[in-house]
Amino acid sequence: MESLLEFFSFSDHNVQSVVIGSIWLTASCAIVGTFSFLKKRTLVGDAVAHSVLPGVCLAFILSGSKNPLYLIPGAFLTGWLSLVLIDKIVAHSKIKEDTAIGLILSVFFGLGILALTYIQHTDYANQSGLDHFLFGKAASIVREDLLIFSVIAIILMISVILYFKEFMLISFDEEFAQSIGVPVRRIELLLTTLTVLAVVIGIQAVGVVLMAAMLITPAAAARFWTNDLKILMLLAALFGAFSGISGAYVSYTAPAMPTGPWIVVILSTIAILSFLFAPTKGTLFRLLKQVKIKRKIKDENTLKTMFYMGEELSSFYHPMEVEEMISKRKMQKSSLEKSLLRLKKEGYLEKEKTGWVLTKAGKEKGQRIVKLHRLWEVYLTKYLNIAPDHVHDDAENIEHVITPELEERLEKLLNYPETDPHQSKIPY
Amino acid sequence: MIGDAISHSVLPGIVIAYLVAGSRDSTLMLIAAAITGVFTTFIIEFLNKHGRLQSDASIGVTFTWLFAIGVILISAYAGQVDLDQDCVLYGEIAYVPLDSWITGSGINLGPRALYIIGFVLLLVIFFIVIGYKELFLTTFDPAFASAIGISVTLWHYLLMTMVSITTVASFELVGAILVIAFLIAPAATAYLLTDKFKTMLFLTVIIGVITSFSGYYLAEWINGSISGAMSVISGLLFALAFLFSPKEGIVVKRVKYGFKTN
Repeated sequence: MESLLEFFSFSDHNVQSVVIGSIWLTASCAIVGTFSFLKKRTLVGDAVAHSVLPGVCLAFILSGSKNPLYLIPGAFLTGWLSLVLIDKIVAHSKIKEDTAIGLILSVFFGLGILALTYIQHTDYANQSGLDHFLFGKAASIVREDLLIFSVIAIILMISVILYFKEFMLISFDEEFAQSIGVPVRRIELLLTTLTVLAVVIGIQAVGVVLMAAMLITPAAAARFWTNDLKILMLLAALFGAFSGISGAYVSYTAPAMPTGPWIVVILSTIAILSFLFAPTKGTLFRLLKQVKIKRKIKDENTLKTMFYMGEELSSFYHPMEVEEMISKRKMQKSSLEKSLLRLKKEGYLEKEKTGWVLTKAGKEKGQRIVKLHRLWEVYLTKYLNIAPDHVHDDAENIEHVITPELEERLEKLLNYPETDPHQSKIPY
Repeated sequence: MIGDAISHSVLPGIVIAYLVAGSRDSTLMLIAAAITGVFTTFIIEFLNKHGRLQSDASIGVTFTWLFAIGVILISAYAGQVDLDQDCVLYGEIAYVPLDSWITGSGINLGPRALYIIGFVLLLVIFFIVIGYKELFLTTFDPAFASAIGISVTLWHYLLMTMVSITTVASFELVGAILVIAFLIAPAATAYLLTDKFKTMLFLTVIIGVITSFSGYYLAEWINGSISGAMSVISGLLFALAFLFSPKEGIVVKRVKYGFKTN
């Protein structure tokens, strides 16, 4: 707790730089990454991350200094070149995009490693620290870095705000964008440029390999929560910023811990939690919904079975035993009993000494399902010319999904038929 | 790209194997890596199918997550793990002869890595010979393959196991990222040169060998990383095929196209 207070008081200037730097980096990468996520080109970010290395080394060899003002343009150049090459390969040969990405990223990275080892084996006095570009150095962000990061992050954010509509259009529907006069190629170029910029600064925080996560994971996590692009971006940026702070905090309390990987692990944890627990789109929610639907179908089948039995007895409010129901329709005893209890709770059934009795509401509900079943059988034989002995299974499924509106139209279309193809009376 | 993903995500598996065994026991590492590799494929598919996350994002999220865990494990047990990030990322083939396999009676049998990679090579060849038909069918026409009773899932996972094993065996030699160059580049180059699957397999091997030889000399010449040089060469070979392949090369196509219009 004490360390938490100490951490957030920002009394330590280094901590301040690291925290602000991490937030800038993670949030701006998350925002730009949202568009590559929507364009389904997230692995392109991975390619750029690997391809900046030769540029960094080249800039170092040419300038002989580690000043970010030289290294960042170098990184930008090869990162950008790699994207152009990937597009060219895909456009002019039968090589697929993922192969092209893998090829370019590994060859560029190889070139970078070759250059890096060349530098290490030659006598460049001040070469140490170049490998920060490989593994990131979020924990050692200093004032000067912060200035450059902030400038780039602000450029990124302003561009995204200014061109939000255009970016959105080309992410979702390029052809539509073209047709309403958006200069697709130019906007695409701008977006690519922003992505490369984001990668160039982000890589210094988390390193080459984990860079992809900074672009993809926040957007992927946010996607489970919303369908609105603005909220999606905001959430992605928040997830990113939160992981940035937490990562910085972890390596502040445990100095041996690397900041970058922690940022990524925290991001991934948020993504996994979203994937499991987000409302509507989360896996758990969808599973629950499936269970609910299955129960609804089971309960409707129970009521239907009791209605059939009532028809045979010519009395719908007669107590019926579980065994009788099972002999009428194959059901598991335990699951039927659960269904009966649920129906009792909802007021469709009552339990008496000699068995279960339909209430009025229960009878009506059962009747409606039977009616839908038989109407659908009529419809299939009459309009789709399906033989009467083939229509039952289909009706078994559709009887649970027909809405009241559809029910009304079906009744009118068939003009309230008296009986179904098997000569059973249709109850209205 | 799944190869790329696997080559990174086997890291935590390797680290855990190292911590359990307490040494760089190669067999255990290979097994651990194979398990992690299959596990990775499984998570990617799970996210994709059950989480409805688009496939590129599932790959990206999964491998970065596992790799980050691997790096954290290395940092947490820094004192006990004789693995470092540099080695993981770009290996050093030049150190291979230093790590010799010496038998109990003191006979030097040569570099240990040579045996491991040789064993993996035999395993891969064996796998391809045994499962040639199945691999061929599941690769080109999964629908037909499953129609005639070949389990596409089984062969997919078997293939991914082989990819993981190969990746890990090459790990200390070339590192996680450059493995990708060796996995993809020769095959992509061969793919531009022929349409026949068998020819492509043989061409891939030949291109791989050429790459290794010339890469080594390039590295020797400029005194740099051998694996880096090899992947540069593999990129150059691809560029040559891309430009001048008799069927696919863009220069060749342009020349032909020019003649036709004249």
